Amino acid sequence: MIEVKDLKKSFDDKAILKGISTSFEAGKTNLIIGTSGSGKTVFVKCLVGLLTPTSGSISYDGIEFTSLSQREKKEIRTKIGMLFQGSALFDSMTVEENVMFPLNMFSKMTSKEKVERVNFCLERVNLVGANKKYPAEISGGMMKRVGIARAIVLNPKYLFCDEPNSGLDPKTALVIDELLSDITHEYNMTTIINTHDMNSVMGMGEKIVFLHQGYKEWEGNRHELLESDNETLYDFIFASEFLKELRKGAGKSIKLGK
Amino acid sequence: MRDMLARPENLYMYWKELLRQMNGIGVGSLIIVGVISLFVGAVTALQFAYQMGTTFFPDYLIGFIVRDTMIIELAPTLSGLVLAGKVGSNMASELGTMRISEQIDALEIMGVNPNGYLVMPKIIAAIFIVPPLIVLAAMLGIYGGYWAAENYGISPANYQKGLLYLFDPFNVVIMTVKSVIFAFLIASVACYQGFYVKGGALDIGRASTRAVVYGSILVIFFDYIVALVLT
Repeated sequence: MIEVKDLKKSFDDKAILKGISTSFEAGKTNLIIGTSGSGKTVFVKCLVGLLTPTSGSISYDGIEFTSLSQREKKEIRTKIGMLFQGSALFDSMTVEENVMFPLNMFSKMTSKEKVERVNFCLERVNLVGANKKYPAEISGGMMKRVGIARAIVLNPKYLFCDEPNSGLDPKTALVIDELLSDITHEYNMTTIINTHDMNSVMGMGEKIVFLHQGYKEWEGNRHELLESDNETLYDFIFASEFLKELRKGAGKSIKLGK
Repeated sequence: MRDMLARPENLYMYWKELLRQMNGIGVGSLIIVGVISLFVGAVTALQFAYQMGTTFFPDYLIGFIVRDTMIIELAPTLSGLVLAGKVGSNMASELGTMRISEQIDALEIMGVNPNGYLVMPKIIAAIFIVPPLIVLAAMLGIYGGYWAAENYGISPANYQKGLLYLFDPFNVVIMTVKSVIFAFLIASVACYQGFYVKGGALDIGRASTRAVVYGSILVIFFDYIVALVLT
């Protein structure tokens, strides 16, 4: 479980996060949503320690993260897997080498065990036969799947995903969503997904935190989302006239994900 | 700096990265440094022979001049400038691309020290690979001079006599000191420029250009400083 208390982050005089408090539970897909510039990416970067918050606290299973030394943070980070928006695969390495990288760095497995683990993870993300290909030789969807395989190879307790569906077609995006949701439940991970894809929100939002102008505007689950009378949230979800009309026509019978 | 010297997470992975960098810098720069040195040696010999044409200086001085100019100045400095362009821009753009595409962030989140894993092997590889590269450049330059002098009509025996004439082994020390300093400057400036890139593709290009410009200026500046101190 990750708990955040009164998190603030400013760059010079500009406040980006203005006191966010929330928690993310294990075994659930937690989504952070909000418009561009609402502070989602800064929030996630603070959570994983890529940015140092101006004030506030972040704790991982009761361990206060922000006040840890770099060495102690490293310990926590070995329990974190992260899927980046652009996948962040290492260009000079093949798919197999990319997924094996964390194992080579941190595990004491034998070469055979490492290969088996890599193959297992690649199979888990439905990516068989691409082991020897370089990132430049595979599609965006495949790159995301390699990114997920690399993120889960060390059996992390926490999985962070920064806009996992950006740049993907709706069908591939759905596959990635289902994969993330399945992995979360299968390994009882605390998964935090930063997105503004409403399909993802409705499909797997077990906990949703809506950020607006640096504040936490609303939180709840996907079922509560459509019932909410929060106007800012309403404007965000039903941004287009088409969706507003659809909402009016369907009332509360809009089908939610599984 | 402290991060760069931190204890490696896995020594074998750092060693592999060091070898990869050594291969990239050494093998990757062999042809350009070799070809340039060969022709610079040849041109030096030709121009000196041309200038001596109407004087009473003995022919063998061509070998002497080519040897010393190559060893003391042309091999280290010219190779340094070439490497600032080739290796410097390569390192800056590699790290810049890794920064922009979040590969450096990915390393950090995995718990890998990106300064130690990405920057340190590049600097160490440069320090170990650039000096042999420059020694090779000096040898090829001297050979280029031999080849040009022979074509100009100077006997090989005279050129060889010049090569041995008043040879001071300390000149090799000067060349080595220069090459180590240049290697450190080129790699560290390029890594700094690439590692701290902010923005997009355009900024990677700018960082790459800065790495070459600052690296070249520092090579020339420290060339003067070493010459001042050691000669």
